[in-house]
Amino acid sequence: MFSVETHVILALLIPLAGAIGIALANSAPNIRETVTLVTSVLLCLNVFNILPAVLNGIEPTVTLIQIMPEVALMFRVEPLGMTFACVASSLWIINSVYSIGYMRGNKEAKQTSFYVCFAIAIAATMGVAFSGNLLTLFVFYEALTLSTYPLVTHKGNADALKGGRIYLGILISTSIGLLLPAIIWVWTLTGTVDFVKGGILDGHASALITGVLLFLFMYGIGKAALMPIHRWLPAAMVAPTPVSALLHAVAVVKAGVFSVLKVVIYIFGIDFLYETGAAEWLTWVAAYTLIAASVVALTKDNLKARLAYSTVSQLAYVVLAASMATSMAVAGGALQIVMHAFGKITLFFCAGAIYTAVHKTEISDMRGLGRQMPITFIAFFIGALSIIGLPPLGGSWSKFYIMVAAAETGELYVMAVLLISSLLNIAYLLPIVARGFFYPPLGQVEERAPVGRETSDFSWSNIKEAPILCVIPPALTATACIILFFLADPIFKMIEPILTP
Amino acid sequence: MAFFDQFNYWIFIILLMIGLYTMMSRGNLVKKMIGLSLFQISVFLFYITVGKITGGTAPIVVETLPGDPAPIYSNPLPHVLILTAIVVGIATTALGLSLVVRIKESFGTINEDEILEMEDEA
Amino acid sequence: MTGLSSQFAALVVVLPLMFAPICALLRGRTLPWAITTIVSALSFYVSIELVIAVNTGGPISYHMGGWAPPWGIEYLVDPLSSYMLLIISGISTGVLIYARDSIAQEVADKHLGLFFTAYLLGLTGMLGICITGDAFNIFVFLEVMSLASYVLIAMGEKYDRRALTAAFQYLIIGSVGATFFLIGVGLLYMMTGTLNIADIASRFSEIEDTRPARAAVAFLVIGIGIKLALFPFHVWLPNAYSYAPTIVTAFFAGTATKVSVYLLIRFIFTVFDPEFAFGIIQLKDILMPLAVLGFLSMSAVAIFQTNIKRLLAYSSVAQLGYMALGIALASEAGLTAAIVHMFNHAVVKTGLFLSVGGMFFMVGSVYLKDLAGIGKRMPITTFGFVLGGLALIGVPLTPGFISKWYLVVAALETNSNLGYALVVAIMMSSLMAVIYIWRVVEVAYFRSPPEGAEHKEAPLSLLVPCWMFILGSFYFGIDTTVNVGLAETAAAFLMGGAP
Repeated sequence: MFSVETHVILALLIPLAGAIGIALANSAPNIRETVTLVTSVLLCLNVFNILPAVLNGIEPTVTLIQIMPEVALMFRVEPLGMTFACVASSLWIINSVYSIGYMRGNKEAKQTSFYVCFAIAIAATMGVAFSGNLLTLFVFYEALTLSTYPLVTHKGNADALKGGRIYLGILISTSIGLLLPAIIWVWTLTGTVDFVKGGILDGHASALITGVLLFLFMYGIGKAALMPIHRWLPAAMVAPTPVSALLHAVAVVKAGVFSVLKVVIYIFGIDFLYETGAAEWLTWVAAYTLIAASVVALTKDNLKARLAYSTVSQLAYVVLAASMATSMAVAGGALQIVMHAFGKITLFFCAGAIYTAVHKTEISDMRGLGRQMPITFIAFFIGALSIIGLPPLGGSWSKFYIMVAAAETGELYVMAVLLISSLLNIAYLLPIVARGFFYPPLGQVEERAPVGRETSDFSWSNIKEAPILCVIPPALTATACIILFFLADPIFKMIEPILTP
Repeated sequence: MAFFDQFNYWIFIILLMIGLYTMMSRGNLVKKMIGLSLFQISVFLFYITVGKITGGTAPIVVETLPGDPAPIYSNPLPHVLILTAIVVGIATTALGLSLVVRIKESFGTINEDEILEMEDEA
Repeated sequence: MTGLSSQFAALVVVLPLMFAPICALLRGRTLPWAITTIVSALSFYVSIELVIAVNTGGPISYHMGGWAPPWGIEYLVDPLSSYMLLIISGISTGVLIYARDSIAQEVADKHLGLFFTAYLLGLTGMLGICITGDAFNIFVFLEVMSLASYVLIAMGEKYDRRALTAAFQYLIIGSVGATFFLIGVGLLYMMTGTLNIADIASRFSEIEDTRPARAAVAFLVIGIGIKLALFPFHVWLPNAYSYAPTIVTAFFAGTATKVSVYLLIRFIFTVFDPEFAFGIIQLKDILMPLAVLGFLSMSAVAIFQTNIKRLLAYSSVAQLGYMALGIALASEAGLTAAIVHMFNHAVVKTGLFLSVGGMFFMVGSVYLKDLAGIGKRMPITTFGFVLGGLALIGVPLTPGFISKWYLVVAALETNSNLGYALVVAIMMSSLMAVIYIWRVVEVAYFRSPPEGAEHKEAPLSLLVPCWMFILGSFYFGIDTTVNVGLAETAAAFLMGGAP
């Protein structure tokens, strides 16, 4: 219908137009929610319209505005960005359904501004995904930070204020304090900030400068939550759960690791980085983050906090992959973006569903809830398995590729780290499911069944699930986790071109 | 002696410093204005000094007898400039003093320390 | 150019000067305001024409009264001065549209005519400083502007009597600055025998090794530094900006200090050779530490202010530090950064002060404690403030980002450890900007409004001009052909040697 370039622009405009529509429908919640859903479906269709072109090896390029001489705001859709955009836009539909269930179920205030900011944040995410140079990436990266601030502080109480401070403080200070100088530095070194296959720094920067730049980029992209600047992610959990689900398991954090991959592939260049060895320290930091965040997750009793630390740990997989700077590792990193998105959003959906149904946030209070909310807990189980990386779930592939890369480069300690991490994942995720199903509910004592007689803990009358709109989305994403196991090959084929220079 | 050869410049500098010191050291706003005026007037003297040429006369065309040396005139331009500066100085002084009057009406004092005290309370 | 357009260079100054006394005679709220606005708009129009003329046909030299320079007074419109004219008259016009309701509330009716007289004189002074090519004439216009600004600041007395002392303090310090400037000009005249700037510049290389010439540089730089509110000469500025009427603050924040920045650039790059200023006497060694100390310390001080106008005033001093740093870097990139930032900061800061003015108009206070929950009471005005604040911080797509980009590029171009240290300093200051803007945001959105507070927006006559500046600032952050393009021309022109 339209040219591919138009679709790229539309990917930005549709959510923005949706935001305006939502604001106009302020007084009529039903129309407002319809607008949200229609916008999300349109966006998803639109994004998938770009897909065939990208699969055929075309990289649609659109220059929006020439901001400064030689520096323009421009989009170039390449496979990695395409993948990210597909994930974010399709999950937005599911998340919109979920948001409606959650926001209404909890009778949250200021719902209009919630949906408006959400749509703007999605627009910013699209901008990050399609960005064609560092400046564009930075612009939408900051837009994403700022548009999610009102979402994080949605509750408006002292906790939200404090969480918001940490959130904004870390993200803004790292991006302005480190990322922006890094971008300008790249510009003064090379005279360009475009993403070019094979990198632009080769021949312009010494090994030392490359190392410093890598440091600036990795810590400048605060959204990648590398320790010790991961604090914003748990702090952002004061947000309503749909925000945590889409933004802090998918859009925002993935924008972070996506930027990391983009910078490593298109600015440094995998080969250049590998040759200089400038990324060695990063492997260690990522490995440390991976393990440490998992250990911290073990100690958290608040479900969302535990999931947040789990996210920090899972993001470190991507950074670890990027730091190894081989094509196999980067493929693993890219797959991790997709797989973890579906797995983690499932877990957050479930956390929100539990909160909506029984208003519980602490894991220790969730004993026996599985009998009451079986669908939610089964979905949680599937999501957890995918995060851990067990077949036949999508999450297994990304870990597999990273392990292969570790074997290739002979970095055996990376192997060890990955193994330990998987064990820790099991340790902090599966007990939640186990408690849900096998323990008696809080305050009840398990009747000892007479020997020889099987009793069932399950009865239909006990089922008290969250509102239907809160239950369907996790079920859908959990199913997607299974389907993705079989889709890994097409996704790998799609991102392959960027790995072979 | 070189010192006295350029005594006008020394006067200029001494006046300038007296003016500056008065402005900084006095708490009384009117005295501050006096300091400011001294400060500005010293600069007028400086300009006039610059315009003076040794042996020069007022820059009015003088008829000279043939054979006489051409008359030396002092430079008139600094005088003209300083007329402007004097006007500016008067305006500044007038404005400053009228501000002092308003301050007195409003604070009841023209002592800087007392005013600062009142401001801190407000 | 024929007819009227050949007189444009004179008209831009003469227009406001001519109408100033007329305003003094007028009574009522509307008439003086209307005339002032129209005159300012005309000046703006003439400035645009001049900018176009200069950028297509090269610098314009206008001989006042037909007397040829260097004897007569020359008005010289070059890329830099036309750029300044554009900023000053543009900001002035925008602020004046806002002025009608705002000033009627803040100044007694019987003083309105005189208020606008002073305003027009202030405008005359600023435009005159930028356009004239005569050093003594600059002093005269500087004093015209300063005297008008003392009066305008004192007009804030109706709400806060501290406006009087602020004006007095500024009068003393400002007069010292202007007198220093006068001494500097006198020394230059003594050595070169001319007052025409181009003439002084052409003879300066002969005298640059003499002691009076160096004294002249010192007096001029310090004199201008005082007027510029360069750290540590800034003490007058926060008081003056806090207690002056809203539109005066908005107007001066956008223009008055910028005029001094212009003077500094003009003297360093046109009159003294940059090679002299930065090579022989190492002006950089003084200017750069002051600039860096200025923006670091003033951003820090801004964090602790409880009065929003004062907070923004300290932020202004910090921003002036950026401009001084750009000048001190003494490269084309640095100069471009300084000139671009003049424009960008003028638009952004004016917008911010106007939105604070809107709050003051409705609430009657600019103290944070009285503005709790203002985001709920006046959502549109407050949102304007937030956007302006983002522009001040330097979020991308805002002009603040463009300025910062150029400044950091200029610092990195020095390719030295000093350059990297400067980048760190700039970024630290930006982060402090986040903190002081966010203090306001938190008060505005996270505290609940006092019991029984009205939920009422500022009238359209205030909202529209305020948003004009806010949206305008975003426009200049996205489409930079005007602000950056002209600034680059001006910087290249200055670095390429004076005419």
